Amino acid sequence: MTFQIDDSDQEKLKLVFSGRLDIDTVAKLWDSCQLTLSKYQPHILVLDLKAIDYCDGAGIALIQNLQKQQKQLHKTCIVKELKPEFQHLIDFIEHQPHQNSVQHEFTSNLSEQLGQIAVDVVQDISDNLIFLGILAYQSMLVLFNPKRIRWKDFWRFVDITGPKAFPIVALTGFLIGLISTFQAAPSFQMFGAEIFMVNLVGLGLTREMGPLLVAVLLAGRTASSFAAEIGTMKINQEIDALSTMGINPIRFLVVPRIMATLLVTPALEAFFILFGLLGSFVVMSYLGFTLDAFLTQLHQAVKVKDCLGGLVKIFIFGWVIAGVGCLHGIKTRFGAQAVGVSTTQAVVSSLIMLVIVDGIFAVVYYVLQV
Amino acid sequence: MEHKFIIKITSLVAKYGKYTVLDKISFTVMPGEIFMIVGGSGCGKTTLLNHIVGLLPPDAGDIIIDGKSIVHAAERERLAILREVGVLYQSGALFGSMNLLQNVQFPLEELTNLPDQAIREIANNKLDMVGLSDFKDYMPAEVSGGMLKRAAIARAMALDPKILFLDEPSSGLDPIIAAELDKLIENLSQTLGITFVIVSHNLASIFKIATRVILLDQGKIVAIGSPQQLSGNADPFVRKFFNRELVT
Repeated sequence: MTFQIDDSDQEKLKLVFSGRLDIDTVAKLWDSCQLTLSKYQPHILVLDLKAIDYCDGAGIALIQNLQKQQKQLHKTCIVKELKPEFQHLIDFIEHQPHQNSVQHEFTSNLSEQLGQIAVDVVQDISDNLIFLGILAYQSMLVLFNPKRIRWKDFWRFVDITGPKAFPIVALTGFLIGLISTFQAAPSFQMFGAEIFMVNLVGLGLTREMGPLLVAVLLAGRTASSFAAEIGTMKINQEIDALSTMGINPIRFLVVPRIMATLLVTPALEAFFILFGLLGSFVVMSYLGFTLDAFLTQLHQAVKVKDCLGGLVKIFIFGWVIAGVGCLHGIKTRFGAQAVGVSTTQAVVSSLIMLVIVDGIFAVVYYVLQV
Repeated sequence: MEHKFIIKITSLVAKYGKYTVLDKISFTVMPGEIFMIVGGSGCGKTTLLNHIVGLLPPDAGDIIIDGKSIVHAAERERLAILREVGVLYQSGALFGSMNLLQNVQFPLEELTNLPDQAIREIANNKLDMVGLSDFKDYMPAEVSGGMLKRAAIARAMALDPKILFLDEPSSGLDPIIAAELDKLIENLSQTLGITFVIVSHNLASIFKIATRVILLDQGKIVAIGSPQQLSGNADPFVRKFFNRELVT
């Protein structure tokens, strides 16, 4: 493929192509042609294609692009001596009937775009409130009439959310207990107060780290799984099928998942704390403390109200995580990509909600002196 | 009160944002008919079906099913109307976590007080009707596209509805399986007297089983009648659609 520039005429620029104008040669030629055009800015551009042996879709695209650029500048482009078989390709592309777009594009200015964003935000909040309302109503119906729940599904969700999450919860709890005791050891040793590390870890695990870290694990595991599962059902029209059968999708899909999560989260938290204390004891025993000393100190440090405070927290965290996961599943739009988006949003929203709710708990517990 | 029609749509308007998808659509469906809604891709067929089955609220107009308006019905009444209809979705929409038998049993378990044994019996019968009795333990992912559609029809028929809505039943099926499905629809219509409302653009099915057809274009009904009437219609678009010619 060769490409020559004939600029002998001031008004007219002639580009002479020869050889093959295909996907490989066009890749090399494209930028040179653009540069030449912008350098000369001719009134008349002549594309001499007499010596072209072969031209494919890429070649046609190059010719059309040069024509389009000249047309946009109200200048002329003459295609000279293109072989009929290649001209036929251009004609075929240009004369295909175009289907009118079904969706009309509406141009909008900044104020309209801001307005649209505000409307979307209000709509989103309103959707969430409606969802919470329906969820509360459907949960009440199930509580008053337990036959309304599909127990088979409920136990499946209990299994997914609880026992299957046990290994990761136990491992994380053990490591957190172990690491936090190790980290605290040097500071406490300076004051000869190593035994009080049990207070630190015991209170930390029951009041804050236990509920929060179990909730973070659930957000990654459970919220994402709920969103993906319900989202896939949405794009497979299974939720439409439920609606047209006259079955409320929230009762069928959301309520069992939330109830299962509420049932297992306190157990998961208990396991997390247990393994956290085990991890802490490993370090304490390395430092020379007996199990008896460890348990006595723990008993003195951690009160029932601390455990109950953590329990209330994890209960609410579980409700938020399962609710947010299911909500994002239900709000899934169309296509496989939408399921991915919902899953990500479910995890991100759950984590944000966790931080907010945890902040509210901190204030409430402070005021109530819990 | 006797109603000559089983479905009556009056001046139905549906919009997506500022774009009008259905523009004052009106038609009636008679009991026992195999009524087909046809038209090019994106002309509003599925949107119309979603409105009739109450999945979307219309912007204007009314939809009467078996003498009751699904648009103005309170929740309890709406559920009662939905008991009279079954829907087959384009994808089949069978629940992936249940086998075929459990899928058919599902509406019976949820919406009736029948004992388990009766539910199993009815579900087995429905699967027999669509020729899937040997596949009742299979999961939806383990059966072919044609079997999936037939199982979905069995589920849609679980509560013995008066009307079955089918959204593109033959999409993604080879011509032989599609013809088998047509035969099944015809049999069910003749033996059980079910009214079928079918969204399709499969010309072979339209000519084979449809009693009456409406043709939609850009959200409006451009023709209504039997397939034979429409293929000889004077309107060039209608004629070309039914004779599979290019629209210029």
